[in-house]
Amino acid sequence: MHLLETKDLGIVFGGLQALNELHMVVDDGEIVGLIGPNGAGKTTVFNLLTGVYVPSGGAIHLEGNSILGKKPYQINRIGIARTFQNIRLFKNMTVADNIKVAMNQNMKYKSLTAMLRLPPYWRQEREVDKKARELLRIFDMEDTADQTAANLPYGQQRKLEILRALASQPKLLLLDEPAAGMNPTETKDLMATIRDIRDRFNVAILLIEHDMSLVMNVCERLYVLDYGTLIAQGPPEEIRKNEKVIAAYLGC
Amino acid sequence: MDFTTHVINGLGLGSIYALVALGYSMVYGIVQLINFSHGDIIMVGGYSVYLVMSILGLPVWIAAPVAIIVCTLTGVIIERVAYHRLLVHNAARISLLITAMGVSIFLQNVFMLFFGSDPKAMPPLFTSTILKIGSLELASSTILNIITSVIMMSGLQLLVNKTKIGKAMQAASEDTEAAKLMGINTNSVIAITFAVGSALAAVGALLYSNTYPQVRPDMGNLLGLKAFVAAVFGGIGSIPGAMLGGYALGVAESLTKAYISTKLTDAVVFGILIIMLLVKPSGLMGKNKKEKV
Repeated sequence: MHLLETKDLGIVFGGLQALNELHMVVDDGEIVGLIGPNGAGKTTVFNLLTGVYVPSGGAIHLEGNSILGKKPYQINRIGIARTFQNIRLFKNMTVADNIKVAMNQNMKYKSLTAMLRLPPYWRQEREVDKKARELLRIFDMEDTADQTAANLPYGQQRKLEILRALASQPKLLLLDEPAAGMNPTETKDLMATIRDIRDRFNVAILLIEHDMSLVMNVCERLYVLDYGTLIAQGPPEEIRKNEKVIAAYLGC
Repeated sequence: MDFTTHVINGLGLGSIYALVALGYSMVYGIVQLINFSHGDIIMVGGYSVYLVMSILGLPVWIAAPVAIIVCTLTGVIIERVAYHRLLVHNAARISLLITAMGVSIFLQNVFMLFFGSDPKAMPPLFTSTILKIGSLELASSTILNIITSVIMMSGLQLLVNKTKIGKAMQAASEDTEAAKLMGINTNSVIAITFAVGSALAAVGALLYSNTYPQVRPDMGNLLGLKAFVAAVFGGIGSIPGAMLGGYALGVAESLTKAYISTKLTDAVVFGILIIMLLVKPSGLMGKNKKEKV
């Protein structure tokens, strides 16, 4: 059984077929890339997988169960978390709170317990705080925990988004252009971190990226979209030589 | 001394505005809806007290929880019945606004149908005495208003800043779509926001009917409008702003009554709103929203 499997997945916006019969699988612990020219439908795929869009046709299965018709928050809770192309942190909240809010569905205390500051509140709050700081350590960001998220430098905001997604303990992590706006050194660090995250959290990763060095280095398999249609799939070395892919990127 | 008394009386009145303003501000923060039916929640609270105390003749410690429960339920039912579908389908904000006005008219007319349009007098909730503090003479209801509002607001601050539902509220108000994708059930967050806002309005209604012991179907109109002004003055969407705006408005009203003219109080209140919108449209504590490029 695959972790994620889509069959004939498609969506129509007005008269435009934004995505057409996509077959895609992701297995446990894999790092898979989703690439293609601008407007190819990559982010649309993410929006379909997370329940933001309702597909016009096809099926999506997570661990064999259909997730069609589930709401975004329900899909998050059963194991798909994502980051955004344009950063969407809760900017006026602290760095630690951004992570905690995503962990919250695992907390059991009731609001009244919290307002009265009963012992279960303190116990769980300590636990969650500790976990949030542990997560921050992955990116050496533990000293930023009490800052407002808006005050972080751009690179760290991107990293915080990844941590916030990890905080909900996903089985599948979707990264939408994680290296966008990063310089080559930061991108290189990110590659190492993506592998590290996979190993440490035992999570499969599906990522959209334009930085070809990152994609070719990190991903074990690639899917290539063009105008909403899958034009190639396979390991990076094959994709690199694929004529259809070269044509799509160069526009010939 | 007179001046101090007027300021404290103003704070007493402002406490009621502040409690009601919080409901406007919280709902606006989460769904960008100016809930014009919020003022009528006070009216619902007022009639609940009237029913329990004047008609059934029961004591205040039964009337108070009844009023709070009735208002909370009314708020949540309004959200579910009137706004929910519009919110889910991302309707234009203007549709929501018009719906809110419709709900307000509906509520007022339902109560007019059952209770008539004439004001109903009721006994004050608590026996009123004059307290002497130093050389100040203050009505006990004023002190009660101030203390109650401070307690309610501290509780609200704890709820919003220290609990998971509070953090979910903050997250949803910053970015509803992102919050959904982080596992937050924004529908229930919205319902809880309406519930909390309405419960605070119920407390406002209790204090109001204690201070001005009569109920009318349209009693929520002006009170609601003034609380809305307080919310905008303080910076709509901001909880501390709503409190500050409420107190500021109460004091302004009380000082106008004392030193300028009783007839001009409403003019001053709305004049303050106009000046604030000209000088700092985002309100005292509001943040200027940056446009996304």
